[in-house]
Amino acid sequence: MSLMQHTALELGRMIRSGEIRAVSAVRAALDAVEKKDPELNSFITVDGERALSQAEQAEKKIRSGELTGPLSGVPMAVKDNLCTEGLETTCGSAMLRGYVPAYSATAVRLLMEAGAVLIGKTNMDEFGMGNTSGTSACGAVRNPRNTCHVPGGSSGGSCAAVAAGLVPYALGTDTGGSIRQPCSFCGVAGIKPTYGTVSRYGLIAYGSSLEQIGPIAGNISDCAAVLETIAAHDPLDSTSVRRRDTHFTEALFDDVRGMKIGIPKDWLGEGLDREVRAAVLDAGARLTERGAVVREFDLGLLDYAAAAYYVIACAEAGSNLSRFDGVRYGMRAKDYRGIDDMYRRSRTEGFGAEVKRRIMLGSFVLSAGYYDAYYRKAQQVRRLIKNSFDEAFARYDVILGPVAPTVAPKMTEQTDDRVQKYLGDIYTVSANLAGIPGISLPVGVHSSGPPIGVQLLGNCFEERTLIRAAYSLEQACGRRGNG
Amino acid sequence: MGDSYETVIGVEVHVELATKTKIFYGCSTAFGAAPNTNICPVCTGQPRALQVLNKKAVEYAVAVGLAVGCKINRRSAFDRKNYFYPDNPRNYQITQLYEPVCRDGALAVQTEGGKKQVRIREIHLEEDAGKLVHDDRAKLSVVDFNRSGVPLIEIVSEPDMRSAEETVAFLGLLRQTIQYLGASDCRLNEGSMRVDVNLSVRRAGADTFGTRTEMKNLNSFRAVARAVESERERQIGLLEAGKCVVQETRRGDDAGGRSFVMRAKEDAGDYRYFPEPDLVDLIISDDWIREIGKKQPEFRTERAKRLVKEYGIPEYDAEIITDSRHMADLFEAVCALGSPPKKVSNWLMGETMRLLKERGMEPEDIRFSPEHLSALIAMAERGEINGGVAKTVFAAVFDGDVDPAAYVAGKGLASVSDEDALSAVIRQVLADNPQSVKDYLGGKERALGFLVGQTMKATKGRADPALVNALLLSLMK
Repeated sequence: MSLMQHTALELGRMIRSGEIRAVSAVRAALDAVEKKDPELNSFITVDGERALSQAEQAEKKIRSGELTGPLSGVPMAVKDNLCTEGLETTCGSAMLRGYVPAYSATAVRLLMEAGAVLIGKTNMDEFGMGNTSGTSACGAVRNPRNTCHVPGGSSGGSCAAVAAGLVPYALGTDTGGSIRQPCSFCGVAGIKPTYGTVSRYGLIAYGSSLEQIGPIAGNISDCAAVLETIAAHDPLDSTSVRRRDTHFTEALFDDVRGMKIGIPKDWLGEGLDREVRAAVLDAGARLTERGAVVREFDLGLLDYAAAAYYVIACAEAGSNLSRFDGVRYGMRAKDYRGIDDMYRRSRTEGFGAEVKRRIMLGSFVLSAGYYDAYYRKAQQVRRLIKNSFDEAFARYDVILGPVAPTVAPKMTEQTDDRVQKYLGDIYTVSANLAGIPGISLPVGVHSSGPPIGVQLLGNCFEERTLIRAAYSLEQACGRRGNG
Repeated sequence: MGDSYETVIGVEVHVELATKTKIFYGCSTAFGAAPNTNICPVCTGQPRALQVLNKKAVEYAVAVGLAVGCKINRRSAFDRKNYFYPDNPRNYQITQLYEPVCRDGALAVQTEGGKKQVRIREIHLEEDAGKLVHDDRAKLSVVDFNRSGVPLIEIVSEPDMRSAEETVAFLGLLRQTIQYLGASDCRLNEGSMRVDVNLSVRRAGADTFGTRTEMKNLNSFRAVARAVESERERQIGLLEAGKCVVQETRRGDDAGGRSFVMRAKEDAGDYRYFPEPDLVDLIISDDWIREIGKKQPEFRTERAKRLVKEYGIPEYDAEIITDSRHMADLFEAVCALGSPPKKVSNWLMGETMRLLKERGMEPEDIRFSPEHLSALIAMAERGEINGGVAKTVFAAVFDGDVDPAAYVAGKGLASVSDEDALSAVIRQVLADNPQSVKDYLGGKERALGFLVGQTMKATKGRADPALVNALLLSLMK
């Protein structure tokens, strides 16, 4: 059995106790990558030499007592839209091929300071734009549970790497469900924190007002430990929040007695896979058995969420991605005549189709004469969605629902209908619009093969309640560890 | 013909704030550093960078707002203005479109036509862009990002001005106010104050505005005045010829006073403004405003009064000296070194003003140190140099901030005040000009002036003229 079958916290304990060395854990991860990743394509960059030398350093610091944290010496991976000092960061785009940041993202830096060992950078939909991890310039990622299926996206590389046991945990980012949906497709756990909890400094922006960095791991305990490490106020990010309640691992106990849990009835209607619906209701039943009070209710506005999300995300993306112009870094076209032609050719060659589509969409919804009809309207919908969550959380501690309408589709089954594709995010985008935290947790397996996950949503800054509910559900489902 | 038209003028003034660091990050704003040395991930638009607002920039904006009678918005917000240009590192500029920090102020400007209120619509905070440098020979353009992210305020007036005189008076008062606040040095030639003029003409008495044009690249108040005059004439000429004024941006040609089309309205970009998601709303509390209000400095009127009271200089002098904060600061600095205030004020109002005008400079361009003016005044007072020499030395101080004592010694300009030596020179002059001596003794007063002149010439201008006069008279007796 590979050491990578252990959870991150187990590995951390084994390393700290001297049972295994940090270098052995890293070797096990590198071996697993070498063996399995040619098929999965979950990594864009792997730097074994760097990882081994980091492991040596961590080992020394652990032995000298300088490093005592639960993640010390444990290998991990980071989504390729998070800057890593000295390690190529491409966002899965030809535009950034060869881009080596001089500093690490704050979340990555905090993990490194806690003794984490970075194995490499994981594959993703280009700039986070997609829900299949198929739009990467580095090729599509395959689902390790069944390689005929997509892993979901955009953090599909991180989720596949964890699900395949290449690393015990990884960082992902969630702009419209990009942690939660691939977690559910790959059968792993992940948290999208409250907006402002984890610094976005060093995250190459897609939808600035929507996205958060979060953990992906085999179970909720690992997720809580990682989130605890990366949640910190950062003066370099204006939207970063000062929080005192970030001792998430303290919430890891199995007690949901009296917890009020609401299931949005309107999320269980037409378009939802029958077995996924059953899994949500079954999760509700298990929580009821453990003492929670579970009710169905009307959340509303589901039909507007995806539209509002795509308008806002694309508007922000179009602007955020305008810095990729070939002037200062990244790709510059070889032949051009004049500055405008250089912009046009560099961006035409550097961006993939989905990125271009969203830039055009974003430019359109902000352009003179359309701003009110699209962007402003979308912001109004966003406000209404936030209001409806506020009302819901006045009555319920946690909302339970599906992560996606279906389980992971086959790579060959994918639709060319963009709207249909975008509607795959219908249950996840609301949390991003409202800024609330969400957890995706595997609860079962679909008769067609892929895992089924459910989603737990909480009010802003209520990750601890959410983690407690998720931990309890995880116990009820009898799961622990990877694979 | 032109008299039947009214000129309608509004201005947009960009002012670089005197913060030590940039508006959204900690790198320096120092002017004149080597290209791309005052830069950071934020102001070069690196993919990972995020912005954090500089508190001092907000304080300056609020201070200017208070000084020009604006309402301070308790909640304002930033927006992105999207356009591609290589000096714009993110290809969007962070500015305030929807909720500026200050609104609804006014300045009372004084012109020969009397006092007039010019309303200020808003003041908003934004970031400056980098600078493009074009090398035509190498067919190359390079970007210097030192200026990228320098905090700016843009002050937008209502179209309340009607003449070049009013426009320049408004701009002058605005600049004076901002300089007194220390919020900016407002140097037009270095670009720390940039003026865009919007101008339209209409038939006198009309109640709608004509089509306006915008003029940019005006790097002195004189250029502003010239641009207003010539654009007014150009627009009236078009209307008189039965043509239409086209809405466009024109670029001033400082040398010829003409202007050229920079950009027609059709080319004006669609900037796709939207709220900046990386910055939170700017909340300004009543307490903060009160605190900034308490720190407002002494403005021109109070300072002029104080100078009269404290230094005993005439009101007239005080008015002139306080017109520029820089000049007033210089005055007090020289006085503090022990120079007689009236002498200092004479030097500033006389030679300093003359040289500024001659060199086409503003008071802010003065580079000489108070110590050197003070030393010069002391040397003149002690009679070590005469008045004429003092002016020569002052010019050297003004241009190169030289040490006057060293300069006088080096050039051999010290007064000849040794009576014996001077008497010898005068005896020679008298001997060489017997006719003039005869004329003077015969009652022709003018001959004395000639003899004084000859003596000064013989001493290369270094003699004390009073002593020369006295010695001449006594030697001719």
